Amino acid sequence: MIACCVGLLIADNKYNLFSPARVYLNSIVAPIQYIADAPQKLFSSFSENIMTRQALVDRNQQLEKDNLHLKADRLLLGQLQSENKQLRELLNSEKKFKYKRMITEVMSLRSDPFTHQLLIDKGALNGVYLGQPVINEQGVVGQVSQVGSTTSRVVLIVDATHGIPVRVQRNDVIAIVHGSGAWDQLKVPFVQSNADIKEGDLLVTSGLGGRFPAGYPVAKISRFEYQEGELYATVTATPVADLDRSRYLLLLWNDDPLADADLTLDTPELFDAPVQ
Amino acid sequence: MPLFNSYKIIYLSFLVCLVAAIFPLPIMFNAFRPDWMLLVLSYWVMALPHRVNIGHAFILGLLLDLLLGSILGMHGLLFSLLAYFTSINFQRFRNFTLVQTTLLLGVFIFLAKLGLYWIASSMQEITLHRPYFWSIFTSMLIWPWFFLFMRFIRVRYRVS
Repeated sequence: MIACCVGLLIADNKYNLFSPARVYLNSIVAPIQYIADAPQKLFSSFSENIMTRQALVDRNQQLEKDNLHLKADRLLLGQLQSENKQLRELLNSEKKFKYKRMITEVMSLRSDPFTHQLLIDKGALNGVYLGQPVINEQGVVGQVSQVGSTTSRVVLIVDATHGIPVRVQRNDVIAIVHGSGAWDQLKVPFVQSNADIKEGDLLVTSGLGGRFPAGYPVAKISRFEYQEGELYATVTATPVADLDRSRYLLLLWNDDPLADADLTLDTPELFDAPVQ
Repeated sequence: MPLFNSYKIIYLSFLVCLVAAIFPLPIMFNAFRPDWMLLVLSYWVMALPHRVNIGHAFILGLLLDLLLGSILGMHGLLFSLLAYFTSINFQRFRNFTLVQTTLLLGVFIFLAKLGLYWIASSMQEITLHRPYFWSIFTSMLIWPWFFLFMRFIRVRYRVS
C-alpha cells in the first residue's frame, strides 16, 4: 500500500495531473477553512462595533478629507485620460485603463511553510480565474494560483517560484523580478552591469506577458552592485506593498491586450509606402 | 459501544485538530504551533489500531495538503508512513512510559518535518527558515497533556 501511495503521489506531483480536479478538492475543504476563520472574523467585527463615538467621528472626518482629495485628483485624472486617449488615437495605438475589479478579504489561515501564499474568500463562483492579478492600494501583491468554488489561493510576488515582468518607471528599462523566498526581498536577475538602474528606482509592471496590466508599482530597488568581471549585476528590490499586513485586496480582471491582437507580421511595404 | 458512536468521536477529534492546524495565530507564535494532526493520528493509531489505520492517515494527510495549499500528497505520504510504522509497533509503544512516548513522538515529528522538507525541496525552489523545527518542542510539551486528555475522552465515551 505504501509503495502504491508513493508511486501515485510522485506521479501526480510531477505531472500535475490533479490541477483540473483542484477546484472540486479545494471546495471540499472550504467549510473547514471558513470554520477556522470564523472566530477571527467575529472578533474583528466585534472590535469594530465597540469603537467610541469620538473615534468614529475622527475617522469619518479623516475619510471625508481623503475622499475630497481623491475626488479632486479624479477630476484631473478624467481630463488626463481623455487627453491620453486623444494622443493615442493620433498615434494609432490603443490602450485600456479600465479594468473590472473586486474587493476580497484575506483569510489569515496558516499556509504551507515552504511557500508564500494567502487565502482569499472569493472563488470560481465570483469569476476568479487562474493567474489573475491581485493588488492592494500600494502595489502588486501576487497572482491567483489555485481556485476553489468559494476560496482561492494567491501566490505572492516574494515566493521563490514567482516572476513578474517589470520596467523601471524612470527610464523604461525592462527587467524581470523574481521572488527570493524571504518576506521583504525580491531578486532582479540578468541585469546588465551597465544598465541605468539606481537604488530607489520604482519598478512598475510592464504588461509584457499579458498577465498583469501595465503600470502598477511592484518594488523599489534596494541594492545595485556590480563586481568587476561578473556577467550581470546583483540587484535586489523590496516590494512596495505590505504583503504580510494587508487585510483587503483587489482582484483585477485583466482583459489581455494580446488576446485578440493580430500578432501576424505585417508586410513591411505597407509601412514603408511613401506618404503622398 | 456501537461502531458508529466510536467513529463519531474519532472523526470529531480529527476535525477539531484540522481546524487547530490552520487556525490563525499571530506570526510570532505561528512557528510554535504544535503539529496537531500528527499528535491526534499517533494517539488513535496507538490506542485503536483496528479502527484508525493507514487509509485514515492518507486521507487526513490529503485534507491537510488541500488546507495548507502545499503540493498534493506531501502530508498524505508522510502521515501514512508514520501510521504504518506506528501500527506495526503499537504493542511495544503502548507499554512505553509517558516520557518515552514523548521522546518517540519528538523523533517522529522531526522525521516527518525532514521528510516534508525533502519532498518540497525536490519539487520546487524553497528556503528553509530556522523556526521551522521549533514546533517539535512545543509538540513534545503538549503531548503528555494531550495524551491524558484523549485517554480521558476515550474512557469517558467508551470509544473502542
